[in-house]
Amino acid sequence: MLPVLDEEVLRHRIARRIAREFEDGDVVNLGIGIPTLVSDHIPEGVRVTFQTENGVVGAGPKPPEEDLRFIGAGGRCLSVVPGGALIASDFSFGLIRGGHLDATVLGALQVDQEANLANWWIPGKLVPGMGGAMDLVTGAKHVIVATTHTTKKGGIKLVKKCNLPLTGAGVVSLVVTEYAVFRFVDGQMVLEELAPGITEEDIREITEAEYVTSPDLGVMQGCEEEQQD
Amino acid sequence: MNTMPTKIIKPVTSAEEAVAHVKPGSSVMIGGFNYGGIPYTLVDALVEAGTKDLTLVANDTAYDEVGHGKLVTAGQVRKVIASHVGLNKATQRLFNEGKLDLELVPQGTFVERIRAGGFGLGGILTPTGVGTVHEEGKQVLEIDGHKYILELPLRADVALIRGYRADRYGNIVYYGTNRNFNPAMAAAADLVIAEVDAILEVGELDPNDVVTPGILVDILVLKGDSYYASRT
Repeated sequence: MLPVLDEEVLRHRIARRIAREFEDGDVVNLGIGIPTLVSDHIPEGVRVTFQTENGVVGAGPKPPEEDLRFIGAGGRCLSVVPGGALIASDFSFGLIRGGHLDATVLGALQVDQEANLANWWIPGKLVPGMGGAMDLVTGAKHVIVATTHTTKKGGIKLVKKCNLPLTGAGVVSLVVTEYAVFRFVDGQMVLEELAPGITEEDIREITEAEYVTSPDLGVMQGCEEEQQD
Repeated sequence: MNTMPTKIIKPVTSAEEAVAHVKPGSSVMIGGFNYGGIPYTLVDALVEAGTKDLTLVANDTAYDEVGHGKLVTAGQVRKVIASHVGLNKATQRLFNEGKLDLELVPQGTFVERIRAGGFGLGGILTPTGVGTVHEEGKQVLEIDGHKYILELPLRADVALIRGYRADRYGNIVYYGTNRNFNPAMAAAADLVIAEVDAILEVGELDPNDVVTPGILVDILVLKGDSYYASRT
């Protein structure tokens, strides 16, 4: 039986794990939702430049006094760090498509075993639009997916083949959920880490995608920092 | 009318006068991303004018009661070309009811198509959307082993843009994240109307700071004091 996690605990668990993927000097774009939390957990000594697609290179935390002339992609006020730059949308997407971003962190509706990502459209229901997601998954060197392992109703998100319209084909590098970490290595989905108390059997029950288990299967990094009750 | 001065020295008009150039059935580009960088005063005047059957070319449709989202809510828009419409319930509803055409374009492709429209290119080749539904019905070319979608230029009859400061030549500087799509749109419409915080005399802007040269701008309007106009 999988443990039921507090919403905040699981969101920060995913964000904290992803924050450990970056190297000093990386340029990273964070999507809306759980990805936004990643910036709260960057390990000490690692300097990451955050880019927002609406025109900031060097985005910083929300300032004490809101100035609506400086916002992030989700519409929240942000600061620009010393040494930051403000750019127009064409330049911003030139950076994104042109391979100048080390990573993008996005949410998902579905990820499949071929590293396909669907996160922009549920036909017949919502048509929010792809926004910048298609460009981000095309141009960023690493596409990191931050998602709950299943939907709120327990629906499978890690599937054999996405049946929702794709955001990008074969683009995903890493999937981090509250229970596990999967990396795509040479076209193969590999289970690399399990959250404490989670077994491989637990994961198989909630994962439809075919994956192999890494010979170096380990405990999900960052979980040791969670507050013990 | 003295044509020489209005070609170089740009008229400063009210928002009402300016948006009268937007005719029923026009295509209109409007700058902005989320609630940032929208020419709020011009948009409100266009809502007030009630001009209908518009094709709206904007990154998003803002919110139901914010910025150009109001144009959609008021039923003035026939077609939307945008990258994201998820924050405006009216867009979703009207689209689902078959009352609104919607062309969704990846954001980087959206702005690059506008650039192509403004800068004389016959189209652009982008890898964005390859292998997705977005490539359906489009030409896909392979160059050096990589696939690219041919995307066509985008222009409009009128562009409503938002700047920070302008001089009477129409030179514009931007502020914060309000810049977004505004400089690209300034090059891609037959008539460009710029809403700004302040209008200075010629020579008061440092040419080093100018992003949009005045030769692209036709009419200047000072921003009003609505909630978002005054805060953005």
